[in-house]
Amino acid sequence: MALINCKDVSFAYEGNPVVSGLNFTVNEGDYLCIVGENGSGKSTLIKGLLNLKQPMSGEIIMGNGLLANEIGYLPQQTAVQRDFPASAYEIVLSGRLSQRGIRPFYSKADKASAKENMEMLDIQNLSKRCYRELSGGQQQRVLLARALCATQKLLLLDEPVAGLDPIVTQDLYKQIYRINKESGITIIMVSHDIHSAVKYASHILHLKNEQVFFGETEGYVKSGAGVGFLGSEDNK
Amino acid sequence: MIDLLIEMFSFSFLVRTVIVGTLVSLCAALLGVSLVLKRYSMIGDGLSHVGFGTLAVATALNLAPLTVSIPIVVLAAFLLLRISENSKIKGDAAIALISTSSLAIGTVIISMTTGMNTDVCNYMFGSILAVSRDDMWLSIALAVVVLALFVLFYNKIFAITFDETFTRATGVKSRTYNMLIAFLTAITIVLGMRMMGALLISSLIIFPALTSMRLCKRFKSVTICAAVISVICFFVGVTVSFMYPTPTGASVVLVNLSAFLIFWAISLVMPFIKRGVRA
Repeated sequence: MALINCKDVSFAYEGNPVVSGLNFTVNEGDYLCIVGENGSGKSTLIKGLLNLKQPMSGEIIMGNGLLANEIGYLPQQTAVQRDFPASAYEIVLSGRLSQRGIRPFYSKADKASAKENMEMLDIQNLSKRCYRELSGGQQQRVLLARALCATQKLLLLDEPVAGLDPIVTQDLYKQIYRINKESGITIIMVSHDIHSAVKYASHILHLKNEQVFFGETEGYVKSGAGVGFLGSEDNK
Repeated sequence: MIDLLIEMFSFSFLVRTVIVGTLVSLCAALLGVSLVLKRYSMIGDGLSHVGFGTLAVATALNLAPLTVSIPIVVLAAFLLLRISENSKIKGDAAIALISTSSLAIGTVIISMTTGMNTDVCNYMFGSILAVSRDDMWLSIALAVVVLALFVLFYNKIFAITFDETFTRATGVKSRTYNMLIAFLTAITIVLGMRMMGALLISSLIIFPALTSMRLCKRFKSVTICAAVISVICFFVGVTVSFMYPTPTGASVVLVNLSAFLIFWAISLVMPFIKRGVRA
């Protein structure tokens, strides 16, 4: 059974449909990139998958016993966060909160998991540093480590490379690819960077207020939508 | 110095003020860190004005001030929270509307009943004589509840303060905890309001958090440092107001301002000192 199954899903803000006709499935171990222009409904879909927004019609079925508190999420950064006095370790550890339920304090296992994930992303040396003093790429890794603390199964990333320089961007993409391959965690990523999406993802979902394309990456590159989108980016 | 303290504590009303004030400063500082970081400082200010209105109503109806104020201010806290969650810019204006309206209602009621006298001044700027014996016990009980809840939910409050969307996405009921913070803030404000004054109480929430953020870099140290600063500033403020006949609330605020300026200056000088040590 698929991890996520979207059946004719549509989303609306105050009655105005933003995106409709979504039909796709995500299987365990997939790396799905959601691409499309600004305002095409990408972030809205992510909110829907996170259960922060209810679909106007259709249904999203979570399979394989996937629970809401087992999804890791890397949101777009807010202004509040960039200026936040907290150590990287405190932030990573807070990813374990969803598994604590009503128990108030972190256990040894929680702390071990936070350390482990920081080591995996090679940021253990930052653990005592203040978040607001880190570079954009380092901050993103801290948030990624936090998302990994929250999940064993599924990671949702909302434009993780926005505002990062090209070298840091490539590093982060490689890191995410490694997480997908080595830990077997399913990845769903919203991206503006169509070329990297095609390079790393196994599946592509192209939105333009409706579903333009869904399928494997190889098929997308040859499809009309893919050729058009890849080409238009090249001509810029 | 010791003589001074002994003299101070020979007045039983001062002992009560110091006990209640210390607890309120502690609670306000802890909650303040989260409120300031979430850009909710205005809620504290709005609530104190609502509190002023309820005090006036309670006095007019001859009821116990705390029992009238607490439920109304708690309701106002939920309302203000809902407003600022919905839209940021309009929320700001809505809070200003609510706070000035409550201030106006309070003023009208007072002038119709007791007339504009020293009472009004006390409500606005606080009175050291305001804490009665019953108030003290109620304040101690409530402050203990606020502190216990804060410690118990510390990790959740941190997560929600840092990133509400993430926390909600991973299945934590963030709205409940936001309401908890608003609820605790409302109670803290009502407890401290008559001593500090409706116009000055929000400084207890905002100053310690801002001061400790100048120098501290971890959430835990920011929180602990804010609590310590707040209690020390309150104590110094009360002592100053005892030595020189200055109003208590205003003295505490001025001590807080001095602490903020000192911390700010240190944070400006710090990079140079560090560079000097390295070189």
